[in-house]
Amino acid sequence: MDTAQASAVTNKTVTFRIWRQDDPNKPGHFDEFKVPYTKGANVISCLMEIQRNPVTVEGKRVPPVIWDAACLEEVCGSCAMNINGRVRMACSALVDKLEQPITLEPMSKFPVVRDLAVDRERMFNALKRVKGWIPVDGTHNLGPGPRQSPKDQSVMYVLSTCITCGSCLEACPQVTLDNDFVGAAAISQARLFNMNPTGKMQSEERVRGLMGPGGIQDCGKAQNCVKVCPKEIPLTTSIAVMNREVTKVMIKDIFFKDEEQKSHGGPG
Amino acid sequence: MAAAARFTVVGGGLAGLMTTIKLAEAGHQVDVLSLVPVKRSHSVCAQGGINGAVNTKGEGDHPDIHVKDTLRGGDFLAEQVSVKGMCHAAPGIIYLLDRMGVTFNRTPEGLLDFRRFGGTLHHRTAFAGATTGQQLLYALDEQVRRYEAEGKVTKYEYWEWLGTVKDEGGRVIGSVAVDLRTMEIRTFPAEAVCLATGGPGIVFGRSTNSIINTGTAAGRAYMEGAIYANGEFIQVHPTSIPGEDKLRLMSESVRGEGGRVWVPRKKGDPRGPRDIPESERWYFLEEKYPKYKNLVPRDVATREIFMVCRDLGMGIGGRDGVYLDVTHIPAKTLDAKIKGVMEIYEKFVGDDPRVTPMVIFPGMHYSMGGLYVRFEADSRTQTPLEGSPVNQSTNIPGLYATGEADYAFHGANRLGANSLLSCIYSGMIGGPAMAAFAKSQSTSAAAMPEKYFQDAKRYWEDRFATIKKMNGAENPYALARELGDIMTENCTVVRYNDRLKKTVEKIRELKSRWKNVNVLDTGNVANRALSYTNQLWNMLELGEVIATSALLRDESRGAHYKPEFSLPEPKTKDPREDADWMALWRKRHEKWAKTTIAKHSEQGPQISYEEIPTPVLEPEPRWYA
Repeated sequence: MDTAQASAVTNKTVTFRIWRQDDPNKPGHFDEFKVPYTKGANVISCLMEIQRNPVTVEGKRVPPVIWDAACLEEVCGSCAMNINGRVRMACSALVDKLEQPITLEPMSKFPVVRDLAVDRERMFNALKRVKGWIPVDGTHNLGPGPRQSPKDQSVMYVLSTCITCGSCLEACPQVTLDNDFVGAAAISQARLFNMNPTGKMQSEERVRGLMGPGGIQDCGKAQNCVKVCPKEIPLTTSIAVMNREVTKVMIKDIFFKDEEQKSHGGPG
Repeated sequence: MAAAARFTVVGGGLAGLMTTIKLAEAGHQVDVLSLVPVKRSHSVCAQGGINGAVNTKGEGDHPDIHVKDTLRGGDFLAEQVSVKGMCHAAPGIIYLLDRMGVTFNRTPEGLLDFRRFGGTLHHRTAFAGATTGQQLLYALDEQVRRYEAEGKVTKYEYWEWLGTVKDEGGRVIGSVAVDLRTMEIRTFPAEAVCLATGGPGIVFGRSTNSIINTGTAAGRAYMEGAIYANGEFIQVHPTSIPGEDKLRLMSESVRGEGGRVWVPRKKGDPRGPRDIPESERWYFLEEKYPKYKNLVPRDVATREIFMVCRDLGMGIGGRDGVYLDVTHIPAKTLDAKIKGVMEIYEKFVGDDPRVTPMVIFPGMHYSMGGLYVRFEADSRTQTPLEGSPVNQSTNIPGLYATGEADYAFHGANRLGANSLLSCIYSGMIGGPAMAAFAKSQSTSAAAMPEKYFQDAKRYWEDRFATIKKMNGAENPYALARELGDIMTENCTVVRYNDRLKKTVEKIRELKSRWKNVNVLDTGNVANRALSYTNQLWNMLELGEVIATSALLRDESRGAHYKPEFSLPEPKTKDPREDADWMALWRKRHEKWAKTTIAKHSEQGPQISYEEIPTPVLEPEPRWYA
């Protein structure tokens, strides 16, 4: 399609250095590829070009690169990887704005599946740990939900745009391949559900999910998470808010019996 | 049948997750198979909102008006009973999502806010910024995670459904699937299987769809005997940003919030958009459709934009592209209501749409057609009978389809913000239907002879072993691009029979070249090229259904537009007042207001047509001027 933003094909090429690893247990290496330059190209469109012609600069035929992707518009969270040493979404990484050769490596805080694809299961497990849901009574008709102010909505909406891409974990010095720190994304989700008028009723359960080994106290306040979040979610604010909630529950635990007599409710 | 029967749902988008929730809620065990972690399913891309005639704006809206807009919008090709059920369930569905914590936009009074969308004159679309699909998917994902934590749902993520397991009577008693990481192939016994596998966007190469939407599961089900219906009805969205890797959607909500479509009045005007004064801009949709203006249905808007560029040569700089302009709307309003799409434009094009008008062009977006499913009507209400095993069932016993994968709800053209609704509604009735089906069977699938499962597993192990040895000259990804290019060129906005014939021939050529594929990868871990080569065959099958169905339907209806067979323009503004035209309309209607039925055969799709009952609304001419 010859469009007004037409992609002009030229003789220019783009050079990629891409991490190859056949198996999680095998050592990896880099393959170098040159792909034809097109205006508006991004890292994904170049990886697709390599699929159609998987030949390295040395002229060696290799299997196409394996990477995770789905929506290509930065909303599914699949294609996070290290691009020129910095974690970001590959679909929105425009070639024109990247220094060459463009180096692609898998995220380092998750087990490699193959090449650039990693296993982010720990993120979904963390969502279970913080009970990241509203426990509705059922899917039958029970009328509208509680009213909410546009102001609260605008705060919650931003929190709920988290795409579970893993960038915040990748950038976090506290997260390692073999520890179980829940990370910023799940902490921020706990805040989201605790803000919801119905979710508030189970807020203590979620706060307790953030306590104990691998919980919020493992945060070292490096503040890297908020800098790399592709959705610009105020992750450090979420961590501060939930830290306060955790402290409240801890204090409550100290004076548990008194508290129990005064009120049957959870923390505010 | 024990209460804890086991079911399989394929696909973790809105339709699959709602089907799952309904089954789990009723106490059943559900295996969810998904190509990706379900939270990354394509529903996440839906932007604008979800329709429901909640009528909070004092406009006198009602579910019956929603029914009428939907049936008219689909030019009377939709299945009427399911549409009525869906529209009447819509307000309850929106309330349910609200209770699940969807961060819908609010009015100052704290109520749900609603906006305008195409093909209706009412504020009927609930929305969460411009990432409504994402918010809805997350809400259902969270509910399913809760069931998963309780042990009622087992997710198989990065698993690809390959085909059914049938007993000798032809009843589906399970599935075969492959683990896309370990490449293990195994069977999943199930009392019933639901395909909630989305649309076939990738058959068109570049589209607004996610790259996982190859339509492979529907294509395989069709090869196994499931009817594929209305395949020719492909929605091309009026406003997308063309890109090398995909066409990125610019939501209809941009126009719903006041966005205006225009081109310079002067052909090939070299000036930038901001230098062109108001009087020298041609707002062609507003001019031609004074009532609906920029919010005519998608098929209409797409054709107008396409013709302005291709037939009149009035596109920006003489090329494909028109302006979608929101620069007159305060940036604060844009950020509160459609920030998601503003950011996509900014990130991928580099211009700030709050300041510079966007350049857009139509892009393949959605398939109205899909797997043929049936409904049992409640004779009193003419809506799907609650708990009937017939609802959402394909013609293969035990196989169900919900969401974009089914053909039922949208006819010849889908209205914006009806897709999220149809996904959720079809899941709400599909889940209970599967449970009712299981109950009606005398033998549980789990008690069936092991032989059925072993045979099916062996078939797929052999097929994958054969593909893995393919070392011909054709690159599967390059073949897919050829398929996409010809489908986009000949099977989208304007269709001509000679070109459609060539398309069918080309697809047959690609099918024979498929046999000479090189699988590219002989690895034993995450071998995507291996699974893709298998998918590619199913894509070719679906492409052939779509192109053949388009070739044989000699009329224009909704998204299917053939200039050679279109009715002339009526002489009166209201076509019903032009008696001669009405006679032509009636003749066309009697011949073509039918569902296209495609059945698989070795020689290619066998096409026939099925009458459409109209218990809800008598068809009438569709016009928006």
